[in-house]
Amino acid sequence: MTQFLDISGLCARIDADGQEKEILKGVDLSIPPGEVHAIMGPNGSGKSTLSYALAGREDYEVTAGSITFQGKNLLEMEPEERAAAGLFLAFQSPIELPGVNNANFLRTAVNAVRRARGQDELDAVTFLKTARAAAKELAMAPDMLKRNVNVGFSGGEKKRNEVLQMTLLQPSFAILDETDSGLDVDALRIVAEGVNRLRSPGFSALVITHHQRLLDYLVPDRIHVMANGRIIHSGGPELAQQIDREGYTRFLAEAEAA
Amino acid sequence: MNAITKDRSDTLAPFGSRLDGVTDPVRKAAIGALHRSGLPDRRVEEWRYTSLRFLTETPLAAPVEVYDAGQVQAQLETLGLTTGPLADVPRVVFVNGRYAAPFSVLPSEVDVSFFAKTQTFGTLSCPDRDPLTALNTVLAGDGAQLHVPAGKDGGHVLLVSLGQTDAPVSFHPRHAVVLDEGAKFTLISIQAGQGRYLHNPVLEISVAAQANLKHVTLQAEGEAAACLATTYAQVAEHGTYDSFVLGLGGALSRQEIHARLAAPFATVHVNGAQMLAGKQIGDVTSVISHAAPDCTSRQTVRNVLDGHARGVFQGKVFVDRVAQKTDGYQMNQALLLSENAEIDAKPELEIYADDVKCSHGATVGALDDDQLFYLRSRGVPNAEARQILIHAFMDEALGLIEDEMARTLCIRMLARSFPVAGESA
Repeated sequence: MTQFLDISGLCARIDADGQEKEILKGVDLSIPPGEVHAIMGPNGSGKSTLSYALAGREDYEVTAGSITFQGKNLLEMEPEERAAAGLFLAFQSPIELPGVNNANFLRTAVNAVRRARGQDELDAVTFLKTARAAAKELAMAPDMLKRNVNVGFSGGEKKRNEVLQMTLLQPSFAILDETDSGLDVDALRIVAEGVNRLRSPGFSALVITHHQRLLDYLVPDRIHVMANGRIIHSGGPELAQQIDREGYTRFLAEAEAA
Repeated sequence: MNAITKDRSDTLAPFGSRLDGVTDPVRKAAIGALHRSGLPDRRVEEWRYTSLRFLTETPLAAPVEVYDAGQVQAQLETLGLTTGPLADVPRVVFVNGRYAAPFSVLPSEVDVSFFAKTQTFGTLSCPDRDPLTALNTVLAGDGAQLHVPAGKDGGHVLLVSLGQTDAPVSFHPRHAVVLDEGAKFTLISIQAGQGRYLHNPVLEISVAAQANLKHVTLQAEGEAAACLATTYAQVAEHGTYDSFVLGLGGALSRQEIHARLAAPFATVHVNGAQMLAGKQIGDVTSVISHAAPDCTSRQTVRNVLDGHARGVFQGKVFVDRVAQKTDGYQMNQALLLSENAEIDAKPELEIYADDVKCSHGATVGALDDDQLFYLRSRGVPNAEARQILIHAFMDEALGLIEDEMARTLCIRMLARSFPVAGESA
């Protein structure tokens, strides 16, 4: 128990085309305040399901276990309440919102969260100034605030837009679901720097990735290996190189034997 | 054998003796057609999705000619026509189908005459084919006839029709708009009212060569009202008729438009949007006829339907044998906010030319779960997230209104009749 984020015995299933499918089969994971943890693992191991269960997606049904976030039962909260409480999910595939202006979207989100946190709302001018500065740090084209949310954005632009949202919403806990996928090296560095800027004793993150590369820029405190809906191995940052060299086979075999 | 071919004058009972004693030859021809067709029922293909039954249940009297000026003023204020930029726009106001001079400000660049004086019917309408037009032809009492001379810019004019009644009545205004060669004009038609009434206008529009008419119709009729409007537009060489209909009000409404591209390089836009809730029925029916080569037509209609509301879209694009190089596009999209809401969409292409570019499509869907979750995961409460997505859907349609003043009016009226998010009774 860390008193920050504690996941215990979490089981979850999804309804896939009318068939219920068990994805998480007892996840135990604790992340203390101020730490960045990474989850690696083969496709289909349940990494994204875990991130959706944390963010509160309705079609992911939690059947057992608990998630406690800063002393609160996360599973009883609506997605928007989780966001207000400080949780942020950077989507693996950011959603396009045709007809919704990006700047308006960002301001609506920021002010909804500020309202819920008992802070004053930002007026349009103050907000735009903050948003422009943050976008510039992420090397985003200035017109990306004027366009519709993620519509016509390249893969890299969408991921930067996620990091921009994260920067503006000031979460205390961020889940980055394969934020590195589809990024070239330069973009990867910019995105990692964006996350690194948020690192502080009051900010934790869970980074889901397939590649060691991101973890070169965004060095985690712990790395967990996930397979078949469970965390099967945990270790320090050096685990990334080992996985890169050897793959998951050894961890899978050990888990099998255990 | 078939009810349609019989005398169906029994369906005209609500109008009683108002249909008797007609002497004018045009009206006499119309009443003959009307007795044969009656009010159409759903066995008539063009009326398959929209029933007029509730009209035939109550007698519809002729409206009394006196009206409550205070109420009219209040209605104009509610519509936002007395403040802001719209306050300065010339207007021709009708109350219960009669010209209301005290509330009108006639335009200087447009010649205005009144049907009550001229008694002239145009030649574009088809009372023989269209029963609601026949009904209008028999009962028409007044209407605005707007004429923009060649090369003139008529500016903006509001054509306002207000219903105001306690007892059930019907009124049947007969309007006409004529643009001579090279003229420009922006017409904003507003249909609104209080009480139980049938508003059955016919509007004939003639756009001459090189002329350009922008026409935006805001239908915000009273909740117990029926609006059955028919527009006939004819566009000459290099002329443009750019229309948009926003349907918000009425228990039953039908905006039927017949647009004819009569000469090469004419352009017609028949766009629209409706947002309905409760038990409202809103019907957008159009026939766009390409009768000449090298013409362009565009049609996008979006529907947001909540509660038990029903939207109807019947869109026919007809391309004559001579209309080569026709460029036509038609799209109907519906967003259903409730399991009880319904859209009936019947897009039709009828093409006799072989070198044309015509496409059409229809989509129906609910709010997207992924989009909703995305917004909520950013802290936006569910109700607000729904509103944002509904607005986004409608804004893309309203963006088709080129005239800024009309667009602003429509956006404001739309926002006012927005469904309470999360509620889908």
